Amino acid sequence: MTLPPALVAFWDDFRANRVALGALILGAVIIAGAVLAPVIAPQNTYDIASLNLMDARRPPGFVGSSGYVHYLGTDAQGRDVLSAIMFGLRISIQMGLMAGAIALTLGATLGVAAAYFGGRTEMLIMRIIDLQLSFPAILLALVLSALLGQGKTQLVTALVTAQYAYFARTAHGAASAERNKDYIEAALSTPLGPGSVVFRHLLPNCLPPLIVVATVQIANAISLEATLSFLGVGLPVTEPSLGMLIANGFQYMMSGRYWISIYPGIALIALIISINLVGDQVRDQLNPRLKR
Amino acid sequence: MSATFLELSAVSKRFSPRLSLGERIAAALGGDVETRTVHAVDGVSLTIKAGEALGLVGESGCGKTTLGRIAAGSMAPSEGIVRLDGVPVIGPGPHPRKLTTRIQTVFQDPFASLDPRMRIGDIIAEGPIAHGLVSKDAAAALVGEWLGRVGLDPSFASRYPHMFSGGQRQRVAIARALAMKPDILVCDEPVASLDVSIQAQIVNLFLQLRRELGLTMLFISHDLGVVRHICDRVAIMYLGRIVEIGAAEAIYGDPRHPYTRALLDSVPKLVIEDGTNVVFKPIQGELPSPLSPPRGCHFHPRCPIAMDRCRGEIPALKASGTQSAACHLAPT
Repeated sequence: MTLPPALVAFWDDFRANRVALGALILGAVIIAGAVLAPVIAPQNTYDIASLNLMDARRPPGFVGSSGYVHYLGTDAQGRDVLSAIMFGLRISIQMGLMAGAIALTLGATLGVAAAYFGGRTEMLIMRIIDLQLSFPAILLALVLSALLGQGKTQLVTALVTAQYAYFARTAHGAASAERNKDYIEAALSTPLGPGSVVFRHLLPNCLPPLIVVATVQIANAISLEATLSFLGVGLPVTEPSLGMLIANGFQYMMSGRYWISIYPGIALIALIISINLVGDQVRDQLNPRLKR
Repeated sequence: MSATFLELSAVSKRFSPRLSLGERIAAALGGDVETRTVHAVDGVSLTIKAGEALGLVGESGCGKTTLGRIAAGSMAPSEGIVRLDGVPVIGPGPHPRKLTTRIQTVFQDPFASLDPRMRIGDIIAEGPIAHGLVSKDAAAALVGEWLGRVGLDPSFASRYPHMFSGGQRQRVAIARALAMKPDILVCDEPVASLDVSIQAQIVNLFLQLRRELGLTMLFISHDLGVVRHICDRVAIMYLGRIVEIGAAEAIYGDPRHPYTRALLDSVPKLVIEDGTNVVFKPIQGELPSPLSPPRGCHFHPRCPIAMDRCRGEIPALKASGTQSAACHLAPT
């Protein structure tokens, strides 16, 4: 099966933007590093037996007792920072994707349902979402994490609660516009049930703006998770995400051992920027008014 | 053939714009809030017999699309009822469901009526599969058959709507409606958004399909010429009411209602008499706002022969021969 021509044209347009292409490659490298961490990382940071306190807080380039070079130095427990980053990215990306996917599903369903049913249902759903959007996401996530305690499920719950409203808003806007088009009327007059109209016709046509919001919101979820973990309310110490790595090295910043915090920070920034740049380009390309 | 098939009894449809929260509070506190109600359709009764094609003609905004949606069962009337073989076509309640698959619709704009993210084959097969008219395995054959019947290549089934021209898309929309094996096809201005040369092709397709399938049709159009080609009977609509209805040849040959006459006179024709261009007579005045329609006969402000009675009394449809006209001055 060949690719649809629309997709090929989309890729050609995407490729034309060097910045976005660079961001895509950078993001792919980071994600590949995270996915392949158990295979390619110099050290398994979960394996306590592989840590040696004699190697603790060594600068980048130090050759440790295990015989390999710590390119990004080691932290207070003698962990290789590069390996810690690779394993940390796994947790960060996993949390971001999970929270993003659940928030997308929940938000899109609510937004599309509001637009489809209209009337009081629409008013109720959208007013609740407006109310929630008036609070900063970080505040909601912080309060929820503090209430729910530490753990992956709790963190994802907090992230989803903080973010689904953005998806709902976008889905509602798109669905309200699509709702009044003739193909929906045609489906209803066949007649097809509300389920097939919503899932087969309405939702697929609302996807482009949702995909754009999803890329941005996944980046936001990752940075939100890092913020919460940095503040100590996100994940437990057994799940060292990037935020926690930054927090771990924070106390050594002023004593010249910058690498423990800075490198995880750079990895986080690179990941978020690359996702955002790719998302921006996709948004520009999906906006029909900007089509050349 | 002569049995009454689709029956619209005293159907009305009113639209009132939803009041804002402020207006509702004002109304609850006893304030004088203006409610602007549009009578899109006002007490229309119609019957369509099996095998017959009824044309519904009127200016833009006269309510013909609304009447078509009500007749097709995709919109509930505010008053009145639509029955197909004596059975209501739409359920009760605030969110009524269409109850029948025997009435299918072809929409005006084929660029909007086909889901842009679905393949042509899926668009045509979706309804029949959902209603068990065809199994999933047999759907491809059904799609191929209908694509062929509407004059498209069966290999188009795997393409997307944006790859087709307006006329081709309209053929797909017709195939989608007919694949449901409807007894009645409601066509809402199916040629209005097409180029004139394409219009002729689609009109011919309708004629051919009527011959082959014995289709019963409600054909909505503002184009008197197209309707004359396709329809046996014609209903003329003005501001939500039927002003004249009857056999096509009677309506075109001997219009009884002044609006019908004015409408026929305003049609541009490709005829040059005595070496000079015929001057067309546009209907004087504008279509009044449906928010505040004229009292009595809706047409009286534009009618060349209006009298005092027309300003106060709504004329009833009076039958005479094969046609009926709602005019106080129509011969009986």
